[in-house]
Amino acid sequence: MVQGLSGLASASSLFLVASGLTVIFGVTRIVNFAHGSLYMMGAYLSWTLVTALPRGHLGFWGGVLVAALIVGVIGVLIEVLLLRRIYKAPELFQLLGTFGVVLIVQDVALMIWGPQDLLGPRAPGLRGAVEILGVRFPLYELFLIAVGPVVLGLLWLLFHRTRWGTTVRAATADREMVGALGVNQRMLFTTVFFLGSVLAGLGGALQLPRESVNLQMDLAIIAEAFVVVVIGGLGSLPGAFLAALLLGQLQAFGILIFPKITLVLAFLVMAVVLVVRPHGLLGRPPASAHAAHVVEPPYPPATPLARNLGFAALALAVLVPPFMGEFALIVFTEIAIMVLFAASLHFIMGPGGMASFGHAAYFGLGAYGAALLAKHFAAPMELGLFAAPLMAGFAGVVFGWFCVRLSGVYAAMLTLAFAQIAWSTAFQWVEITGGDNGILGVWPSAWAQPKLVYYYMALVLCVGVTLLLRRAIFAPFGYALRAGRDSPLRAEAIGMDGFRIRWVAFILAAIAAGIAGGLFAYAKGSVFPTYMAIPRSVDALLMVLLGGVQTVSGPIVGALAYTWIHEQLMRSFDLWRLFLGSVIVALVLFFPQGLVGAAQRLTERRK
Amino acid sequence: MTIALPRRAALLGAAATLAAPAVHAQEGPIRIGEINSYSAQPAFLTPYRNAWMMAQDEVNAAGGINGRRIETVFRDDGGRPEDAVRHAGELVNNERVALLSGGFLSNVGLAVADFANQNRRLYVASEPLTDALVWARGNRFTFRLRPSTYMQCAMLVEEAAKLPARRWATVAPNYEYGQSAVRWFKELLTRAKPDVQFVAEQFPALGRIDAGATVQALAGANPEAIFNVTFGADLTNFVRQGSTRGLFERRSVVSLLTGEPEYLDPLGDEAPEGWIVTGYPWEELNTEGHTRFRENYRRRFNTHPRLGSVVAYDTVSAIVAMLRKSGGTGTDAMIEAMRGLTFPTAFGEAEVEFRAIDHQSTLGAYIGRTALRRGRGVMVDWRYADGRNYLPTDEVVRTLRPQG
Repeated sequence: MVQGLSGLASASSLFLVASGLTVIFGVTRIVNFAHGSLYMMGAYLSWTLVTALPRGHLGFWGGVLVAALIVGVIGVLIEVLLLRRIYKAPELFQLLGTFGVVLIVQDVALMIWGPQDLLGPRAPGLRGAVEILGVRFPLYELFLIAVGPVVLGLLWLLFHRTRWGTTVRAATADREMVGALGVNQRMLFTTVFFLGSVLAGLGGALQLPRESVNLQMDLAIIAEAFVVVVIGGLGSLPGAFLAALLLGQLQAFGILIFPKITLVLAFLVMAVVLVVRPHGLLGRPPASAHAAHVVEPPYPPATPLARNLGFAALALAVLVPPFMGEFALIVFTEIAIMVLFAASLHFIMGPGGMASFGHAAYFGLGAYGAALLAKHFAAPMELGLFAAPLMAGFAGVVFGWFCVRLSGVYAAMLTLAFAQIAWSTAFQWVEITGGDNGILGVWPSAWAQPKLVYYYMALVLCVGVTLLLRRAIFAPFGYALRAGRDSPLRAEAIGMDGFRIRWVAFILAAIAAGIAGGLFAYAKGSVFPTYMAIPRSVDALLMVLLGGVQTVSGPIVGALAYTWIHEQLMRSFDLWRLFLGSVIVALVLFFPQGLVGAAQRLTERRK
Repeated sequence: MTIALPRRAALLGAAATLAAPAVHAQEGPIRIGEINSYSAQPAFLTPYRNAWMMAQDEVNAAGGINGRRIETVFRDDGGRPEDAVRHAGELVNNERVALLSGGFLSNVGLAVADFANQNRRLYVASEPLTDALVWARGNRFTFRLRPSTYMQCAMLVEEAAKLPARRWATVAPNYEYGQSAVRWFKELLTRAKPDVQFVAEQFPALGRIDAGATVQALAGANPEAIFNVTFGADLTNFVRQGSTRGLFERRSVVSLLTGEPEYLDPLGDEAPEGWIVTGYPWEELNTEGHTRFRENYRRRFNTHPRLGSVVAYDTVSAIVAMLRKSGGTGTDAMIEAMRGLTFPTAFGEAEVEFRAIDHQSTLGAYIGRTALRRGRGVMVDWRYADGRNYLPTDEVVRTLRPQG
């Protein structure tokens, strides 16, 4: 009983954050990675205000509300200065921009509030506890339990009883139609972003009497908030509420039976829900076909200039390394691996039209495939490199079968769920995988030990497989894949099995990522669960988006640029996240089609 | 292929910065490559880096090592072992460092240790707590400063065994550190007091504790005492929910690391009272060495030292003592010097030794009880637990560590 109440309180705070996220997504279709940062800022700002203002009801509640409003203004700034300029960019591109914001906020928060966790005061009037069934229960938790439904009710009134709310609902259902009817979309988007940000800020501020304010809050909440939004159905407020309740209760009771379940519970639930209900609990499939997406332009054949540049780059990659130091070889090897990793993600994301938020799973499983053989059977590198794509490909067969049935963000989130399940298995199965301490001593065979030899081996494999993927894109298979992406109904009508084609593409991508993972394992000498954790999946996404998802060589350029910038900044600056975030934001603003997309436009314009 | 200019530019830029490893004269400064999760764990590592700079400046002001200055190249691994390994490669090949040091997370420490083993370089691990670093996966090139998970558990078990409690519950973050701490605590306490019973265990995900539910689950099992391993934000949230819900009333709590200012300070006036903890009583510790350290640190950084500061300061002291003893920066000579090396600690206690048998230092920790003084948590009734008294016998260590 009391366990259930605890679950309700957690559910309420989760709902506050998720509600803002789902409102924003419903209207703008933006996967707002920075929502967790807004939540964290809400907590930090309210800490500053509440400790600065005089103690008492006014100081506390006033501080909380003002903090939420300030976060709303910050949200508006992000929308006006950054996102408004890139609404026309390919789907998910905004994710790249909001990720830049996440990085910037992390370092700015560190600079303003310092590294130490901050503990805010408790809420006046709600400090103590009440006795419920002989167990003491904090008053503030009771208050939180009430806040969830109240906010839901207020939002319902806002959306059903005001003209603005009606417009928002209409825009959620069919954005183009609302625009055609003469509603000012800019204003609508900005106000929606304000509302969503206020909710995130409020969610953070209300955690003040409950939890410490710290620099890890943003990433701790964002994955869970997304899970809630997706389980509930994108854009659905009651759905988000229901999902938060479900997760809160499962979490509260789950730990009584499996204390270690919290690691993966949310993702397990999401996987089950999405397999059973592909649009979440209360979500609806996109109502009309014309609102779905713009058809991508076909891939142009490579121009002679581009072809020559490609050969020149390859020649450089082959000829220069022998004259460079060992460390340069390490970095070059890493870049070659990342090129293949990004190209493999692009294969399902570009031509396949199916983003993956969990592509690191196949990278990591490849690495583990090699490392497990090395650890338990003392297998040599040659065998390990063979096992890597097998293991990743097998996972691709199983996970892909579920994932390719879904579309859009749902499919992407299901890949994330599977990736997290794979990650938690590697993390938890200590006897086999060594847990988070990983597997050590995964070194190459003697002949491949010299860095130069290993580099050439990695280069041959990575460039070779990348070219094979490219070949597949321009083969009939690739055309069929793109046909299924651009007009699924017509493709089906002429006899193409869309499911089979997408599934095979998914498996191929997994295999290619597995090869990259296997090479990475032997390059590093050790394998850890971080290889398939969320940050690595995000890295892959960033590389593809940065290069340009609508181009074939985008991922290659993106991987080169991102890996190189990341390495340089991390080495040279203490505040590398601030710089990296700023660079990403700048690139997003100046190259909304990605680097290669921008280059293509430039050459087209010159003609 | 539609390759655009940036690729080429990136490559050329990379070539320019990567091609020329810095060359240093033989008699230039001695360089140390320090890898840590500075951006991921700033609460511990900001004071760490401060004290590191302080120690380095003191050494150099006193004339360095046989006239050679020491210099440190810092690298941030962002909490990712794979990035740490890349930095290690860069530090060794480009920056020409004589040895590697650092590490906060256990998996980062293990990855760098394995790199050191493969590339035959000395690695002085300062902070990673995992036992595997010097035992199950120990190697010739790796030494570790801080008292390990096992040692800190052994210190606490000594006190826990004196309690009348029989029914115990445990709560620990769900990763290697938490799991080993619980395992050792159970094993050692059962050995000391065979009639204890473990009635509940909770393993919240690191950094994402659902404190209300966890507290209620522990209370439901009605233990007489609780062993806590959570730290940082998890600890704060656990304490807040636990105090409001009365979990700690009439129950003993034994808690790892909670006495460290890194984790005790943020709790402010809500710091729990009467917990048996390991930690660092920076305010009351008035040995001659520590008073000097504390005042120097305060003068320079305008705040008190944290445990991270001591760890960094001692790491530099150990490296300096080792370099004086080895007389050169050849890896074999340095390893010979490290084995059995004694050096002073900022705690101002007896000299610490790097054991030859398993490369673990005998640095200890303070054990005491938490209390509230002037609105913040402090350690009282503390004593120094010398690390050498809390390690298994040599025969046992030999079975734990690969020999040869």
